[in-house]
This record gives sequence, C-alpha cells and structure tokens, in this order.
Amino acid sequence: MTNISVDHLTGIKDLTQQDIELIFKTADSFKEVINRPIKKVPSLRDITIANIFFENSTRTRLSFELAEKRLSADVVNFSASGSSVKKGETLIDTVNNILSMKVDMVVMRHSSPGATEFLSKKVNARIINAGDGTHEHPTQALLDAYSIREKLGKVAGKKVVIVGDILHSRVALSNIYCLQKLGAEVMVCGPATLIPKYINQLGVKVSNNLVEALEWCDVANMLRIQLERQDIKFFPSLREYTMLFGLNKEILNSLSKEIVVMHPGPINRGVEITSDVADSKQSIILQQVENGVAIRMAVIYLLAAKIER
Amino acid sequence: MERQVILNEKHLELTLKRLSHELIESHLDFSQTVLVGLQPRGIHLVSHLKATLEKILKKPVTCGNLDVTFFRDDFRRRERPLIPSITNLDFSIENKKVVLVDDVLYTGRTIRSGLDALMTFGRPSKVELLVLVDRRFRRDLPIQADYVGKAVDTLISERVSVEWKETEGADKVVLFTKE
Repeated sequence: MTNISVDHLTGIKDLTQQDIELIFKTADSFKEVINRPIKKVPSLRDITIANIFFENSTRTRLSFELAEKRLSADVVNFSASGSSVKKGETLIDTVNNILSMKVDMVVMRHSSPGATEFLSKKVNARIINAGDGTHEHPTQALLDAYSIREKLGKVAGKKVVIVGDILHSRVALSNIYCLQKLGAEVMVCGPATLIPKYINQLGVKVSNNLVEALEWCDVANMLRIQLERQDIKFFPSLREYTMLFGLNKEILNSLSKEIVVMHPGPINRGVEITSDVADSKQSIILQQVENGVAIRMAVIYLLAAKIER
Repeated sequence: MERQVILNEKHLELTLKRLSHELIESHLDFSQTVLVGLQPRGIHLVSHLKATLEKILKKPVTCGNLDVTFFRDDFRRRERPLIPSITNLDFSIENKKVVLVDDVLYTGRTIRSGLDALMTFGRPSKVELLVLVDRRFRRDLPIQADYVGKAVDTLISERVSVEWKETEGADKVVLFTKE
C-alpha cells in the first residue's frame, strides 16, 4: 500500500484503514520536518492551492496555509466575506473562476453539508474538505486520532468519549468514522436533545451522564456548543449545560484513572471545559494543533501525487 | 536476469576496512566529523562503517540517517507517491564535517536531494561523499564521490544491488544484467 485510494478528501467515510495509516506514517516524517531549523521542503514547488473559506476559521485556515507553505506550494486565499459570492455567484462558478487561474487543489470550508462532495464531482481539481456544515471535518478527525496514537502509542482498543453538541458537530461524525476504522471504541455523551436520534446505528455507545462516560473512557474529546448553528433552544441555559456536562478539575481528579483530555478548538473556557483542565498536563490541546500541520501536509502531499501533468 | 557478484563477503570486508582508513586519514579522530547515511539503503553501509571505525579508533563515531524523499526531483513523475523513511539526526551539523554515505552512486540525483535536505539542518563546514559502488559515466549531474569502494562501468539496462546480512542474508554486491 503506497498510494491513497481516494482522489479527493471529502470525508473520513471514504477512506480505508490503510489510507489512514499511510497518512499517519507520512505525517510522522512531516512532524520531523517541521521541527527542523528550516521547516520547509520543496516537494510541491509546482503546485498551486486555493483556500476557499465560506465560513469563519482561524486554526484550520492557518494550519492549512502553513502546511501548504511548508511544502513550498503557491497559496491563494479566498474568503466569502468581501467577495462576489455576495453578488450572487454560484459555488461552481466561483470555484471554476479560481481554477481557470491554474489552481491544482482546493481546500474548502462551506456551511452546507456535502458541498465538497458536490464540488469534487463538478470541477477539475483535487478537493480537500476543511469542514462542510454539520457533515464532516476529516483533517480534524485525522489529527485527533494521530494525537491519540502519539500520546497512548496506538488507537486500536482505546475508549474515546466525545462530549457535547454531537448533533451540530462535524468533528464528532468524522471522529466516529476515523476512530472506528482504527479499531477504537467510541461513546458520545451530551444532553439528549444534542444527540442525533439514530446515532447508535453507527455502532457508538450513548450516555447522558458525564461522570459515567469519563469513568469508561481513556480519552475525552470535549466539543464546543455551536450556538451559531442552533436555531432553537436545545437546553435551558449555558449555565445548566456547564453544570451537567462541563469538565472541571474536581471531576477529573475524582476519576479512578488518568484520562487524556482533547478539544478541537475554539475553546469556550468555563463552558465545556474549565481553564485549569484545558491547561493541565492531561490536556493535549496544543499538541493537537501542532499535529494538525503535519497531518495536513501529509494529506496534501499524498493527494498532490495524483495530480497529472 | 544474469547475476554477477562483483564484491563477495571477504572482498566487501576489505573494502570497508580500506574506506575506514581513508576516512581516518582525512578526519583523524572524528571529533568534528559525522557520518550521515541516505535512506533507505545508505543506512546499512553507515552502520557497517561505524562498527569498523569504532573498532579501529576505539571511541564512538557520531552517525545519523537522512531521508531525502521530500527533496527529490521526481515527485509526481512516478506512478506512486514517494513514501518517506525516517530521518534521525539527533545532533547539530553546524560547523561539522559531514560525510554523506550511500550504497550506489548512479545519476547523482539522490545525492543532490541529500545535499539540499542536509542544509535544512544547518550549515556544515564541509560535506564529503562516500559510496560503496560508483557507476561511472552514468551521471546526470556534476557530482563525484570523495571515497569510492568500487568503481564499475555499467549499462543503463543493468542494475547494481548492495546486499547485507541483516536484510538480504549475505554481504555482497551484485550486478544484474538483462539477457
């Protein structure tokens, strides 16, 4: 297995276990590269990548841009605010216009689920999904699993609980696919209103009790409450959510074993996680961010190998 | 494929000893010198050289492995992506004399990538090249080795393979010729 099986990264669902392991192995090398005095390799000198963000982002966008620049690709950035999208241009027209300026690869974030999948069928470029609505966020799931592998040695057999707004989270869905493909057990935990009704059909456990879920797991991935996607009230108040599902030091210390705490960011300190937990030794939040660059370099590198000249 | 052994175990051992003495001649006690093997095949040669040198010098010699995959010029010109190996340089090369080590010198393109990859770790005071087999008159780039185990004249259709006990079962250098 020396080749990734997909032409675009639209979701973890399409990847095989071998693909994920190939990405991890390649990321190991890039992680070593980004810790060198000169953190740049010339592999993608002749490739141009457009980062198209129809939704806000800091971490993902910066991480992708750094990954592209460290591979020596040419980068153009585009965000929907202040563009012709506001004047009524369609998605395909916007992207085709960018592609006609000789762009080889597109990294896109969009608020509609399936937008990257749709685009990958309509335009002639490699597409990487940087988050499509509430659907998938594949590179985040890859870097989460990679961080678990780094911290605990392997992913297979580990128990991971994802806590919070599962209903609106693309990180949760991608993480479930990714962790299961690598042989981990997954549980989701949150208020019943924020857990999709048929999620157990994906083979995950469901819990509405934070302490119970934390006692079960090796790793807890705390998600942010996505108020911007909630058009109705899903719980009475943020304060109540924090009391029932917020992770604080007392709960962490009361557990029978030491668990690893993760968060995909952005953190709402004092809501889903308290500051002392986020900054504790058990938290690998900043390692996740570092690994994000290596993982994205690996994904871009492997997909770029499929660009024909 | 016709196989012809161009260096057998005995001969290879002698060659490694000679190369070690040549290295000591110009690097003396190796206090300012490091050996860097190019992945994937140069690393075996480095470990053999290290063992021989340490036996003669009776002190440790600093060695590392360097992967050049991301610096190659044939990315996307092959069917499959180039999959990297491990880089393991846990020392500074700043102001050191570096001896790049690879098993076969052919077109010189790997060495070119090796030089570029090496420079991302700092500025060595000097870089030299040691190869076990030099396929003469087959260079694409103006690159020559400072230490050569054996020079051979080959055709493009031929292939030279350096084999080791730990990977292939025996220490030898083989020339494959298409019939």
